Amino acid sequence: MRSPDVQEVLLSVEGVSLAFGGVKALTGVSFDVRKGEIRAIIGPNGAGKTSMLNVINGFYHPNQGSITFKGQTRARMRPFEASRGGIARTFQNVALFKGMSALDNIMAGRTLKMRYGLFWQALRFGPAQREEVEHRHRVEEIIDFLEIQAIRKVPVARLPYGLQKRVELGRALAMEPDLLLLDEPMAGMNLEEKEDMSRFIIEVNDHYGTTIALIEHDMGVVMDLSNRVVVLDHGVKIADGTPDQVKRDQAVIDAYLGVAH
Amino acid sequence: MFYREAGQFKTTYSADMAIFPIRQDRVTLGALLAFAFIGVPLLSYFHVWPFGQDYLLRAILLPFLILALAAIGVNILVGYCGQISLGSGAFMAIGAYSAYKLGTGVHIPLAWLGFDISIPALPVLPSILLGGFMSALVGILFGVPSLRIKGLYLAVATLAAQFFFDWVFLRVPWFTNYAPSGSVNAPELNFVGWVVDTPIERYILCLIFVTVFALMAKNLVRGNIGRQWMAIRDMDIAAELMGIRPLYAKLTAFAVSSFIIGVSGALWAFVYLGSWEPLAFDINRSLQLLFMVIIGGLGSILGPFIGAAFILILPIMLNLVPSELGVPLSTETITHLEFIIFGSLICYLLIKEPHGFARLISLAKEKLRLWPFPY
Amino acid sequence: MVLFGQFLEILIGGLLSGVLYSLVALGFVLIFKASGVFNFAQGAMVLLAGLALVRSLDLLVANGFPFWTAIILGLVFAGIIMAVTAWLVERFVLGPLVNQDGLTLFMSTIGATFVLEGASQMIFGSDVYPLRLFPTDAWFLFESSFPGGILVNKLDVWGGLIAGILVAGLAIFFQRTKTGRALRAVADDHAAAQSVGIPISWIWFVVWLVAGLVALVAATVWGTKLGVQFSITFLALKALPVLIIGGFTSIPGAIVGGLIVGAGEKLAEGFLGPHIGGGIEYWFAYVLALAVLLVRPQGLFGERIIERI
Repeated sequence: MRSPDVQEVLLSVEGVSLAFGGVKALTGVSFDVRKGEIRAIIGPNGAGKTSMLNVINGFYHPNQGSITFKGQTRARMRPFEASRGGIARTFQNVALFKGMSALDNIMAGRTLKMRYGLFWQALRFGPAQREEVEHRHRVEEIIDFLEIQAIRKVPVARLPYGLQKRVELGRALAMEPDLLLLDEPMAGMNLEEKEDMSRFIIEVNDHYGTTIALIEHDMGVVMDLSNRVVVLDHGVKIADGTPDQVKRDQAVIDAYLGVAH
Repeated sequence: MFYREAGQFKTTYSADMAIFPIRQDRVTLGALLAFAFIGVPLLSYFHVWPFGQDYLLRAILLPFLILALAAIGVNILVGYCGQISLGSGAFMAIGAYSAYKLGTGVHIPLAWLGFDISIPALPVLPSILLGGFMSALVGILFGVPSLRIKGLYLAVATLAAQFFFDWVFLRVPWFTNYAPSGSVNAPELNFVGWVVDTPIERYILCLIFVTVFALMAKNLVRGNIGRQWMAIRDMDIAAELMGIRPLYAKLTAFAVSSFIIGVSGALWAFVYLGSWEPLAFDINRSLQLLFMVIIGGLGSILGPFIGAAFILILPIMLNLVPSELGVPLSTETITHLEFIIFGSLICYLLIKEPHGFARLISLAKEKLRLWPFPY
Repeated sequence: MVLFGQFLEILIGGLLSGVLYSLVALGFVLIFKASGVFNFAQGAMVLLAGLALVRSLDLLVANGFPFWTAIILGLVFAGIIMAVTAWLVERFVLGPLVNQDGLTLFMSTIGATFVLEGASQMIFGSDVYPLRLFPTDAWFLFESSFPGGILVNKLDVWGGLIAGILVAGLAIFFQRTKTGRALRAVADDHAAAQSVGIPISWIWFVVWLVAGLVALVAATVWGTKLGVQFSITFLALKALPVLIIGGFTSIPGAIVGGLIVGAGEKLAEGFLGPHIGGGIEYWFAYVLALAVLLVRPQGLFGERIIERI
């Protein structure tokens, strides 16, 4: 377990409810993410974890409740507004751009930071070329950091799953986010790959000071990595606290062992 | 052995990001361009077979260049941005007729407002480029539905463009300057003093257009905007969550694509046909361009050239080979055979190699790099 | 009164010719519902079925077969041709493309369209072949109320009847039979359907066969109206806007969409055409579909799509 050092709240979720037709995905969920911490969201399958991430970055609009990010409260937010505000994410089922190389995928993460328009890009002369090179430098740093130099020109569809996840993390990092949402970053990985990924997550947090909210099923990983944990079950928050507190919480134990409600 | 990148070290990222990072590729392209710009005109001037014949320039190389340019436009939209279009012919027509109107003087009588709008006839070059811009404007207009609808639904929206503009140019006499036959003639091709007339001049003119626009298209697709297009194509939701605005990405793809198609339409009308009717840009043209892109390779700038060459050469081969063998085929049979061959080739490529012949070439190059020791 | 009579006549004529669009649209819906494939080749299938029918019919009659026997044999022959086509399409085009995205499948059907168009004309010829299966004269209704009465083509009424029977039959097939249910499962997810043991290649064969037979029926009506000829494939393209308006997955939608397009384009041509130059029929359906797309992308009867990630 690692300890939080700052108390400033970066993101706060207040009373968020979300329903698809009659199905309630989230009901009155509130929690916050402090600046610089690693916050885990856990819960059994179908607990509404991914829906929560989708609400945070504006893909789903909550029926009730609000999201406050960096002091700004928004009820409805478009996805690209969220990313412009500094929220990046990875996906449960890798959502890379299959037809592009690893390098291009990560470069695509720089889109928001690039300024020169169609005309200069078509000529690719002067400012547009300089801009491209400048961003290539930043992207190469990320490639070095994630140790994927050898595969930078390979189309991602040809990469093994573990590397795809790594490229996806790289793409999110390229956005230089304030808040990084990771949806099951270690799903389907073997032990070695998990250790690598854990190392990258901790380093991102240490090095770049990026705040991270992650969904994960592997309890060992969650307990090791996160500062605080929020537990969802059937779309309701049932516990919130440090890994130790959550581990001892009766409601959490019941939810995981499947006690009848 | 001769195709190796060993010893070619790149010390800057800009060198690594060049269009052809491998020296042999640059040499090949340079030689090809030199042949196209200098070799072909010289050979033609000195009547060296087969370049001495007008037929090769007029009936093969001209349409090849112009259709390849149009196919590059189609590929930007379909291959790079993943938005299907069955209306490319209409955008060629918009380019052609806009250039025609601008080149012959625009006169819009607005009697009910009490005045007329008159623009004097523009020179040919601005007419052609503005024709492209008109096409881009209409392209943006028809691209708007693509923000709400996807894939196949968009196919029908683009069909709407095709049939609507077929009709407009056929039935609204204003566009044809009230020509009684509905057929119009291109203005004199005077490019700042250079009057383009002979087949060889027409060829060089088109070659310049194609080289410039192909280079610009290549720059776009390997830059930031190209990555946005491909991101939308591959995984639109993830792209949006990363801050790529679908509105901007899709509409720029429609605009750039329609601009290039529009310019090629103007060239097709002015330089290749000389005089034309709306039929030159009907749905068959749209399908032909789509085929070139699929055969040549979706998502590639080289592909359209291969596709265009293939689609132009196949009918000629079907005509020549059987008659050389002593079994000449009727024109009808040749048309039907063409249909069958194109159709089966499309299916075959979609199944085996969705990136077309261009991908086969790059695979061959990869093999060649390792040859003769593949492992 | 004259205007109203004219309106009524155009409306009825339009609705009935809309039924013809519905007939082709039905084939599209069938394949889309059952395989998620947007089949560009439906028009080419109408052409193929029509050519097979009319050419075999001519041959049989020329060899002295009685007319009715010839019709039955001709229909059987055309049916066999459609079955062979369905098998070939499944075996060589769609089979190898299982689990591909919709765009690839769509483009492959454009390829299939060209093969079918080329092959059918190469085998059966490429002229205009008249087909006389249904009466083509007209009734004049309400002659007492309107001067000259209202003209109604008997052929159009036949078309309406046939479409009605087809729809009823298909509805029963989809809702009540085991094959019908399997078809709907395949449309949702190819891989998932395979994994629960639905033989996807058999299902696709069946659905292309049914669509081929629907095309044959459409060809009998259209062929009688226009003669069997290449331009039928372009008329068949109008089934696309019909589908957009009706919704891709709905059989009733195909029918209603066809009626709307048929009536709409005839009325537009009749009342708007003289003012803006005529020939509106050529694009009216497409522009109407475009308008529908902007307002209600899933069509009038289609199901709403929820996106997930």
